[in-house]
Amino acid sequence: MVELVAQPADLGLRGEIKMARYQNIFTQVQLRGHPELGMPHKDGSDSRINVTGYSDWMGKFGQAQLGPIYLGKLGLASLLMGTLSFVIIGLNMLASVAWSPMQFAKQFFWLALEPPGPEYGFSPMVPLAEGGWWIIAGFLLTASVLLWWARTYIRAKALGMGTHVSWAFLSAIWLFLVLGFIRPAMLGSWSEAVPFGIFPHLDWTAAFSIRYGNLFYNPFHALSIAFLYGSTLLFAMHGATILAVGRYGGEREIEQIYDRGTASERAGLFWRWTMGFNATMESIHRWAWWFAVLTTLTGGIGILLTGTVVDNWYLWAQDHGFAPAYPSTGVVDPSLQGS
Amino acid sequence: MRMMSKLTTIGALAATTVLLAGCEIGPKSSEQTGYRGTGIVQINDRSNATAPGEVPPPPYELPPSSGETAGQAYENVNVLAHVSKEEFDYTMAAITQWIVPADAPAAEAGCNYCHVPENLADDSKYTKVVARRMIQMTQSINQNYSDHVKQTGVTCYTCHRGNAVPKYVWTDPKPGDGRLMGNKRGQNTPVEAVGYTSLPVDTYAKYMRTQSGAARVISKTIHPTTANRSSIKDTEGNYAIMMHLSQSLGVNCTYCHNSRSFAQWEQSSPQRSLAWYGLQMVKNTNEEYIHPLASVFPANRLGPQGDPYKTNCATCHQQQRKPLGGAQMAKDYPALLTLPGAGSAVPSGPMMQTPGAAAPVAAAAGN
Repeated sequence: MVELVAQPADLGLRGEIKMARYQNIFTQVQLRGHPELGMPHKDGSDSRINVTGYSDWMGKFGQAQLGPIYLGKLGLASLLMGTLSFVIIGLNMLASVAWSPMQFAKQFFWLALEPPGPEYGFSPMVPLAEGGWWIIAGFLLTASVLLWWARTYIRAKALGMGTHVSWAFLSAIWLFLVLGFIRPAMLGSWSEAVPFGIFPHLDWTAAFSIRYGNLFYNPFHALSIAFLYGSTLLFAMHGATILAVGRYGGEREIEQIYDRGTASERAGLFWRWTMGFNATMESIHRWAWWFAVLTTLTGGIGILLTGTVVDNWYLWAQDHGFAPAYPSTGVVDPSLQGS
Repeated sequence: MRMMSKLTTIGALAATTVLLAGCEIGPKSSEQTGYRGTGIVQINDRSNATAPGEVPPPPYELPPSSGETAGQAYENVNVLAHVSKEEFDYTMAAITQWIVPADAPAAEAGCNYCHVPENLADDSKYTKVVARRMIQMTQSINQNYSDHVKQTGVTCYTCHRGNAVPKYVWTDPKPGDGRLMGNKRGQNTPVEAVGYTSLPVDTYAKYMRTQSGAARVISKTIHPTTANRSSIKDTEGNYAIMMHLSQSLGVNCTYCHNSRSFAQWEQSSPQRSLAWYGLQMVKNTNEEYIHPLASVFPANRLGPQGDPYKTNCATCHQQQRKPLGGAQMAKDYPALLTLPGAGSAVPSGPMMQTPGAAAPVAAAAGN
């Protein structure tokens, strides 16, 4: 049985919880009362928007309390840029189906805002209908993302936290910028960049792999996938472990550290007994952080090397003993045979 | 709580149904066609397979030659002047049932679709002029492209299948006017020809005319060189035309390629070589035989850019690896198997608008 540690008089339990349940999809307990407004700012930050409320549905997934929110100048600028970019992309898609809302809904997954063609090189001066809108939307989206990054950094500092979230986010931004800006700049062609669109960006991905002789044989692509799948494995192990010790209050990490027989100790023992080794409450998060960060970091390196240093990954892999060779089928290129 | 779990169950079932909606139900058979462990396999969805199509029997048994040639018996016979009168009549009867059979719309049925009934030798109907050139095209394919059509060969029926205009044809698309309005930049449209992807559509002109480049985008060197400047967009176009090949034959990529390296010939199946000859054949056919007829066709037989309906892989194959399931049909029509000897069939009339009809082999070698 879980005992709620502190129950101030103004806090009440919602719902008739006769017995705590541990195998949950949704949060079972929602606290209601005066909203928690957080600590006052120590520095010269803007004030928070003190609008608060409660949501039953949000409370099923996380905290039921919404707000207060800190918007600030960076947040405002980021949202503005992001919204502009979103609207430009959407209107371009809408224009491509001649402003038909029906066709827009029907073909939405196929529609795109395409980057400029190879004929424009890396020139910033491209006619709007020929990819100019793509450059503008890309600039606004990049600005929005970078401003949001600065916001995560400054808010973490304001809370006296480390800046781990920012650096992890920056790793994702690195891949985003390699794909859409750094690599096209190095190759001198906007046309190397990714279109904005659901299926179009997927087809771009497939075409990218084909053009450069199969990205599967790019070792950084392989590393990125290993970290990506590793991240999901670690997340599954960690998430499952903490949920499994929920009956001992495993999610309440601080109280867990001191005593014997706590959820934390059981969680650690479970892994030591099953695989002879266990993470600590701190180290598991360090692993998870590095795996996640390295996914996009190595991915970005792999993309950046493609077309700049290596033009055919299959041939590279054959040359470096990275991929097995299979017996020749004996077929020869008929275009080299005269007639 | 019971209510909740019922709802959850219904929800889960509904979600599963939606997720599986794209699956094709029915037994499949698979056939390994390459080295073990490389996934080179053809999967046949037997219950959804397209029937190869019926081959119509010859109109009657080919009568022995009486010694008189068609050129001696009839006026204005050009490309079939050298065959016997009997074989000429037989071939005409066959062509009529292949192109304009009795069950076709009235305007497109019977001899009069091409011939002026009062004077069968008259060339005033465009269809007759086109048909004459198409016979030459068929002869050329059978004679010069045995690398693709082998000894099976083709007849008019391989493409026409009882239609005056073959079912699977293409014309040049209308180019964009440079405005944003309705401009999808030649792609991002769900159509079957590109397997409902967002790949470029209407790319036939880029790969199926003589001046078209090769469908090759992958570098032959490890490191970048100036030899290969193919863009991602070029690759998407190449991908799209490969989807067309795949759809036309009802096969997947591994019918020809080891998908670990699409470019390597020594990793590919012999079918890839066959397909390459097929592309050369299609290029030659479109460029030398069909496109020059633009001025002969009336407007309703031309595309939006004023070019005639041209061939691609689907025109003959129609979802079969071998057209008509590989039926040996051409052998019954010897007049269609070879071009007449040099100089014996100089085309006349509007057909002369095909200057510089270079030897197909030379055109093919241009890749």
